[in-house]
Amino acid sequence: MRERIQDIDFIGLVLWLFRAVIIALVLWGTIAAVIDNPYSTRQWLDFLVAGISQGSMYALIAIGYTLVYGVLFMINFAHGEFFMSGIMTATIFVAGPMGESGFLDRNPILGLLIIALVAVVVSVGVALLTERVAYRPLRKAPRLVPLITAIGASFFWQYFFSGLFGSEVKAFPQIEILAGKVPFLGTEILKTQLVVIVATVIMLIGLNFFIMRTKTGKAIRAVAEDKDVAALMGIDVDRTVAITFATGAAMAGVAGVLFALVFRQVHFFMGFIPGIKAFTAAVLGGIGSIPGAAVGGFLLGMFESVGPSLFLEGLGIPAAHQLKDVIAFTMLVLILIFRPQGILGERLAEQKA
Amino acid sequence: MKRFALTAGLIIVAGLILAACGGGAAEFVCEDEIGCVTYGPDEPIRIASALVISGPNADLGLDSQWGVELAIDFREEVLGHSVELQAEDDGCNAEGGQAAGQKIVADPTIIGAIATSCSGAGVPMSEVISEAGYFMVSPSNTAPSLTDPDQAFNDGYLRTAHNDRVQGRAMAEFAISELGVTSAAAIHDGDPYTEGLAQVFADSFEDLGGEIVLFTAVNKGDTDMRPVLTSVAAAGPPDFLYYPVFTAEGGFLTKQAEETAGLEDTILSAADGMISDAAVEAVGEAGEGMYFSGPDLAFGGSFYNNEFLPAYEAKYGTEPTSVFHAHAFDATNMVFDCIEEVGIVDDDGTIHIGRQDMRTCLYDTTSFQGITGTLECNDLGDCADPKISVSQLTNGEYVRIWP
Repeated sequence: MRERIQDIDFIGLVLWLFRAVIIALVLWGTIAAVIDNPYSTRQWLDFLVAGISQGSMYALIAIGYTLVYGVLFMINFAHGEFFMSGIMTATIFVAGPMGESGFLDRNPILGLLIIALVAVVVSVGVALLTERVAYRPLRKAPRLVPLITAIGASFFWQYFFSGLFGSEVKAFPQIEILAGKVPFLGTEILKTQLVVIVATVIMLIGLNFFIMRTKTGKAIRAVAEDKDVAALMGIDVDRTVAITFATGAAMAGVAGVLFALVFRQVHFFMGFIPGIKAFTAAVLGGIGSIPGAAVGGFLLGMFESVGPSLFLEGLGIPAAHQLKDVIAFTMLVLILIFRPQGILGERLAEQKA
Repeated sequence: MKRFALTAGLIIVAGLILAACGGGAAEFVCEDEIGCVTYGPDEPIRIASALVISGPNADLGLDSQWGVELAIDFREEVLGHSVELQAEDDGCNAEGGQAAGQKIVADPTIIGAIATSCSGAGVPMSEVISEAGYFMVSPSNTAPSLTDPDQAFNDGYLRTAHNDRVQGRAMAEFAISELGVTSAAAIHDGDPYTEGLAQVFADSFEDLGGEIVLFTAVNKGDTDMRPVLTSVAAAGPPDFLYYPVFTAEGGFLTKQAEETAGLEDTILSAADGMISDAAVEAVGEAGEGMYFSGPDLAFGGSFYNNEFLPAYEAKYGTEPTSVFHAHAFDATNMVFDCIEEVGIVDDDGTIHIGRQDMRTCLYDTTSFQGITGTLECNDLGDCADPKISVSQLTNGEYVRIWP
């Protein structure tokens, strides 16, 4: 018994030491970067804006992870593919032809709405199909089973779309009124980035209203709380779970359109890395929490964009931007050491844990 | 009776003479340092290939393998023997190269290999091949490390593809002498091919009197390049930016460089990894006027156009899917020439080939006239006639402008 207490103390000590070392490194790098500052204020703001717009996409995708986790306690690794499928289809069948014919430049708002509609419909369709075929039959199975199935579904959709549309990179057309920059907080911001940030905020407010104020939202919350009791109260659990998947996929579909607006390039493999990053964002913010997913997404985007210049270049590390993932995941580790439930995560009740 | 004795005596004498002759042939003594390969009168000469013939890069490897097959078809016979090809797959990765190498050296009747397609597979395979005393000639490895004795060079390794040391140097020369720029930055994505090429470019650029303001990297799969481009802008901004990466990352870099404050006047450039129709689509209008370094594809000659290409299209039903079939064809012919030079042929047609003789002959290749130019091998196995050109993207077409 005594030995065991000593063990715990030792591990605790190591953990504290680890935290102290990381904080010291971050401080050292930051101070060095601030003293030897090669960037202008404007460039720092550019980093920040790039981070927020990338973070917006992470936030929108992360919501899908968090919603599904909240309801089913399962990590839906195919979620990145819902993001990819919508915008791939919309680019090939809608955006490409509309860009070539000039329709998109003449009616940009109508054009974008059609693109978004197609992307959302396809994303939701793919999500519902995946849920019905791959997840619903396994709902009573041990938790590892749907996780593995999700990875399989992810591969399936990747290579399905690769086979359907080809494996090469596809261009998304430039929209004339969205080209260029506008003044913003003393710097200039790309119009597309502004659209991304504004659209994300609107989507998040809308989602909050949907979950908190509508009857369906209430049903989702009830199912998340306890499926059996919710069923006893007359809630159709299967339907509610499907709606949850559809909601997450719709957010991912919109994120896909925003991604294409900013980066103007789509590819069958484009969902994989944003999917992993958004999952990280969801964990960072506290998985299961919707505001947490949003906060985690924005924070992760900013760490990735500002971090290499702020922490690593100050330490004299070459090719710092290659290490932006290291920064992002170190932040994740750091935050989870201090707050294992994530930034806005609730302490898990016994039945959820 | 007397007559019978005479006849018997004659037969015995004749037999003895025959036996003496036969014994003389069997007495071939292999004096080669490594050992000899012997092919009997009716046996074909066996060579191997290990190229990437499956997976996403199969276009590259199949094209090279067809170059080898056509070299065999055109040559018909080497020292009176037919040639048999054992085709392996290098998988375009280290494991594939290792496995293909092991399989080849396990067969003592194989003289050597045309391998590999990918530099990543070439590194482990050249170790295996070298240790076993075989040789390999690569039609498409371009990483500088493979022929650098301080890095991955192994005795027995040669290549007919250009060394990226030449490509990186050519781009640096072009930038300084033709464009008159004085500062540059380079970005790679961590892949050995892109990192090696970017490094050579940066070193040559400094050698020639230019200044490298930043040498940095992105990740494969990154989409948001603005932070790294902002770093580039903050470090200079340079006159010239070289990013020898692949299509996806290159497309993002090109489009976002246009939108990064401070890089408006920076000249953009990339390498042969981005010379394809998909890359033209990926860079879009932002790529107009961009420069690309790459192997000079203007080989021609009447043999290539009038005999080789028609034979290729007739046999495989497609236009060439890559450029390295020509390098593979030359590599195979270089090997055949050496077999003819060092092979020892017995009266009955048996051939003995010394493995060390073979290596020595290959490394000594001079003024070999191939499709890709005049090949001269140095002691480290670089045989290519290094023709690198720079092209500019004009109205969606690569237009060769230098040299």
